[in-house]
Amino acid sequence: MTLLSIRNLHVHYGAIHAIKGISLDVNEGEIVTLIGSNGAGKTTLLRTISGLLRPSQGTIEYNDDGLKPLHRMKSHEIVRCGVVQSPEGRMIFNTLTVEENLLLGAYSQKDAAKIQESREMVFTLFPRLKERRRQVGGTLSGGEQQMLAIGRALMARPKLLLLDEPSLGIAPALVQQIFTTLRQINKRGVTILLVEQDAYLALETANRGYVLETGKIVNEGAAKELIANPAVQQAYLGMA
Amino acid sequence: MEIFLQQLVNGISWGSVYALIAIGYTMVYGVLKLINFAHGDVYMIGAMTGYYVALTLGVTESHPLWHLGVVILGAMVVCALLGVAIEKIAYKPLRKAPRITALITAIGVSFFLEYAGQLIFGADPKFFPQLIESRPLFHIGDVAITTIPAIIVVVSLILMGILRHIVMHTNVGRAMRAVAFSPDAAQMVGVPVDRIISITFIIGSALAGAAGVLVGLNTPKIDPLMGIMAGLKAFVAAVIGGIGNVPGALIGGFFIGISESMVSGYLSSTYRDAFSFLLLIIILLVRPEGLLGKRSVEKV
Repeated sequence: MTLLSIRNLHVHYGAIHAIKGISLDVNEGEIVTLIGSNGAGKTTLLRTISGLLRPSQGTIEYNDDGLKPLHRMKSHEIVRCGVVQSPEGRMIFNTLTVEENLLLGAYSQKDAAKIQESREMVFTLFPRLKERRRQVGGTLSGGEQQMLAIGRALMARPKLLLLDEPSLGIAPALVQQIFTTLRQINKRGVTILLVEQDAYLALETANRGYVLETGKIVNEGAAKELIANPAVQQAYLGMA
Repeated sequence: MEIFLQQLVNGISWGSVYALIAIGYTMVYGVLKLINFAHGDVYMIGAMTGYYVALTLGVTESHPLWHLGVVILGAMVVCALLGVAIEKIAYKPLRKAPRITALITAIGVSFFLEYAGQLIFGADPKFFPQLIESRPLFHIGDVAITTIPAIIVVVSLILMGILRHIVMHTNVGRAMRAVAFSPDAAQMVGVPVDRIISITFIIGSALAGAAGVLVGLNTPKIDPLMGIMAGLKAFVAAVIGGIGNVPGALIGGFFIGISESMVSGYLSSTYRDAFSFLLLIIILLVRPEGLLGKRSVEKV
């Protein structure tokens, strides 16, 4: 089943035409990745899905419990639908504790028992966060902050998790650990749309991928095919 | 020593009023990065509302304490509604505009309230009814602590305690701190940022309303321009404490209140206002981030 369906999406940043007619689908249970160089429009696309930017044209529809036009909805309504983002640069609330960051992630949730259950789930996935739960976010390492950003997003009980650059600025050993956890999260039934600068890691993790260049999709397909594609290899995988 | 104690008592009671107003400045700055210059005038509306509520109740000889409670609550409710109306009508349409636009609008709203106040209430001062009988409660040395400053301080502390509980231990408070840190990140985790901003205005304005009534108890002469100086002083208090920082606003409020009374007591009350602004200048020169504020580095 198609969970997220984007059709002919255009986004402008003032005079800059950042996204020029993108169409893509994310099916339930998949990990889909968007790869592309800096400025290709990956983050813009995720911010538009989350309702932080308004498209100038096109639709974003989310199909769970009926069809929902995300492109017309507000951020907090989108989160309540189950589409939650772990943003680029992590955006941890530095002055709040780990525990408070997680509780904020559950802002859209009203059922205390479920919040408690999500919290336990996050602490199982990231035991490090449990150790640090009384520390303020600003004192965590980059990797721990990334875990917290993902954990905070999971607190909203997402059906579709949008992940922006989870490997950015993180020690390689932790990157492996975080990606292993992402696969576990996916196995628990969370669909993932992953934006990642490390194209090889992204394509290894994902089922399918889209290649973005200056606001347009230039290539798409199964992750395995994209890894084997000479054009992708040359541009994004550092192979001649 | 007697003068010192007497002025200290005065200073603490004025300080708690400044602190209540300063909290509103600092909280709104926290979530919107806007100096809401109309905030002092909201405090004036609080005093005026208190005046009319008290008249409606009919002040009797017996001064029951619940009268004061009703007057304060009435002022808080009216100011909360006014605050949220100002936010929705004047500031919300400018959310994406440059900050200077919103600042100038705030000054405009301030003038609007001052002159609308003169139109509606009349420019002549009114005399706040005596809701509390002034009598000595207890003595420290030769200094009598009377009912009015005591009630001002106690009511302020209760309100500050409630505020602290809201900010530190409730979902709404957590969300306010999240919005203050980063509105974008707050939005992404599902916090309805617009609603949190409205709630911030409600709380800040309600506290200013309570401050208006408390001042009426102490210095009964109230008029539609009374918010100008009190608002500026509270703004100075917020800057001294570190704008955006709630405990800082409290410290700044008491600091301004006490230092002003000391100046009045030992020098002359003529220099009182000048001294507050001198403090502002010194703080801006020596520690521009305020006593509790964090130095923010402008990233290029």
